[in-house]
Amino acid sequence: MNFDFTDDQRAIKRTAREFLTARYPADTVRTLAGDDRGFTDEQWRELAELGWTGLVVPEADGGLGLGAVELVVIQEELGYALAPTPFFSNVAATLLLVAAGTDAQRSRWLGPLARGEARATIALWDEHGGWSPDVSEAEASGGKLTATKIAVPDAAAADVLIVAAADGRHYLVGASSPGVRIEAERALDPTRKLFSVALDRAAADPLALEPARIGHAYHTIVTALAAETVGVAQRAMEMAVSYAKDRKQFGRPIGAYQAVSHRCAQMLLEVEGARSLAYWAGWALDHEPGAAARAASMAKAYASDAGFRVTASAMQVHGGIGFTWEHDLHFFLKRAKANAHAFGDARWHRERVAELAGV
Amino acid sequence: MDLTLSPNELAFRDELRAWLQANDPGREPAGDEAEFAFRREWQRSLHAGGWAGVSWPTEYGGRGATLIEQAIYNEEIVRAKAPQTANVLGLAMGGPTVIAHGTEEQRHRYLPPILSADEIWCQGFSEPDSGSDLASVNTRATRHGDEWVVTGQKVWTTFAQHAKWCMLVARTDADAPKHKGLSYFLMDMDQDAVQVRPLVQITGEAEFNELFIEEARIPHENIVGGEGNGWAVAITTLMHERATLAFGLQVRVQIALAELIEKARSTRASTAAHFASEDPVVRQRLAQLLIEAEVLRLNAYRGLTATMRDGVPGPEGSLGKWHWSDVNQSLTELAMEIAGPRAMLAEDEWTYRFLRARANSIEGGTTEILKNIVAERVLGLPRMR
Repeated sequence: MNFDFTDDQRAIKRTAREFLTARYPADTVRTLAGDDRGFTDEQWRELAELGWTGLVVPEADGGLGLGAVELVVIQEELGYALAPTPFFSNVAATLLLVAAGTDAQRSRWLGPLARGEARATIALWDEHGGWSPDVSEAEASGGKLTATKIAVPDAAAADVLIVAAADGRHYLVGASSPGVRIEAERALDPTRKLFSVALDRAAADPLALEPARIGHAYHTIVTALAAETVGVAQRAMEMAVSYAKDRKQFGRPIGAYQAVSHRCAQMLLEVEGARSLAYWAGWALDHEPGAAARAASMAKAYASDAGFRVTASAMQVHGGIGFTWEHDLHFFLKRAKANAHAFGDARWHRERVAELAGV
Repeated sequence: MDLTLSPNELAFRDELRAWLQANDPGREPAGDEAEFAFRREWQRSLHAGGWAGVSWPTEYGGRGATLIEQAIYNEEIVRAKAPQTANVLGLAMGGPTVIAHGTEEQRHRYLPPILSADEIWCQGFSEPDSGSDLASVNTRATRHGDEWVVTGQKVWTTFAQHAKWCMLVARTDADAPKHKGLSYFLMDMDQDAVQVRPLVQITGEAEFNELFIEEARIPHENIVGGEGNGWAVAITTLMHERATLAFGLQVRVQIALAELIEKARSTRASTAAHFASEDPVVRQRLAQLLIEAEVLRLNAYRGLTATMRDGVPGPEGSLGKWHWSDVNQSLTELAMEIAGPRAMLAEDEWTYRFLRARANSIEGGTTEILKNIVAERVLGLPRMR
């Protein structure tokens, strides 16, 4: 029984922290938040050089074949840096391809994806559908797909889209194929670019029908997102604690007042709880598949609530300055809130937890 | 990262499980005296089997268990729904304090009868005017030759009615700063100068007592850790209280939660749903409790990993007791809600649990004090004083 990361995992964490701190200082994040594309080719090339684009791709397909724990480590650091990057959307699509791609799809895409030469993303939510992450009304017929998907992350920068459809299957659609129209949407979180994707009889190539493997991929995706939220919340908490030490009112640092210090203690409780669950879910995905669905939904439900509460609480500690555009805190709050609603919100995942526990 | 038990740890667990199964003492009888006698027999049985004082070094009659084995022990004892031992405070707090701060003579004198339950221990820390501010205690000890004469009042002393020894924190130097003027005594309860009165709590039972001390005598050699060093020794006792509790508590929550889910499945709902377990709001709250219970378990293990690595629990270690009290209170509140109008009746175990849980955020360090500790020592925020 040991909750510590291995030496290799610690090295990945250290590298990620150093690299992201150097590459994504606050003014860079702010610039990218205001930019339509939201990342540069140079930044993407560097991620590929670190091997991150190949992280979840099996070695046989040209990747590193690392596990969910390593993905959790990197995602937590990306959240901490609030790095605007298509890394997550690309990893989500890659996980689905690895899980259920046909041989032809794998050999066509996994190599370029692993090397960072191609990017993929995932188109899940229907324009007029519900928001349950496992239901779509998009009908495929005769190898063609007609649908409008919303809130598709980083679609304009993707070469290939993995699209969820009504038959419970996922389809691979080329982003520049005829019948595919990608339009920028205004996103709550400006550090992650969202697009609507309108498909009009677009050529769609189904992934294999592998519900268990697809399920495992989704559990990995929500765990990775929960881990990202842990990093976001950790950073917001650090900002609040540091501000509470410096800011003086009535002649004392505001952190000396229990109304403020107890709020900060509550942040720690929630950040550490979210972290414990995300690490456990990562571990379960790699080593205890029977517990993975439960662990992933627990991690996502808890992080969804904690991420918003901690960033909102940090804003309260900052008082007026925290509500200004000039202060960085709002980017953290927006990321946490957007993450809370992606791939199943807290309520959806709690219902999963109840179901899995036989309630 | 490896969240499985090693072969040695599994062997430890299996040996304990097998022993618990083979030595099931049956149900606890009702009534204070009968219950105490039953728990004393149970502890003697544990001791004979080598399962009393598992954390204690073998040279003092313990098992010398690793931290993980101690965690497993606390989990398994609760999982087996084994009774409490008669000498909970001696085993979990008094013994470890004497081992850490006592002289070799004190260790040989006091430790064996703790293990055998021949001498029961109680804890005389809190006073009517000294709750969270423990260092302000007023119970006064004055030296007369080789003896100290002690006068004062203590409160919340569990097991005082059965105890031979009281871990007593008293002021030995009224002129020293408040943390410096305290000493830690082992007071013989078997004297007329010490009067024990049961303290009836909101559940109607008397789990605790008040202690009235009027010129009680304590030999000088019964000071633990040296005169004037009582604060540091008391902190050791409190650390042991919090550290050993976490694993047992989280398993207790898991068991209560399983029972609550059963209750929800068999209780008619007030809404369109047939049973409470089909009501979406109840499902949400049960799921949240399942998640929080998992956090309790994981944080306890993370704290253990940090302790093994650094010698002290990590930040998550200071969160456990506070978080547990939140969770246990929510759990019992949900049970009342599920009960509907029957919640007005004191007809089952859940009424007791609901009322008893109100103390969870007060006993063993109030939630407010624990938040102060987290804010000041973990987050480094300025002290409020």
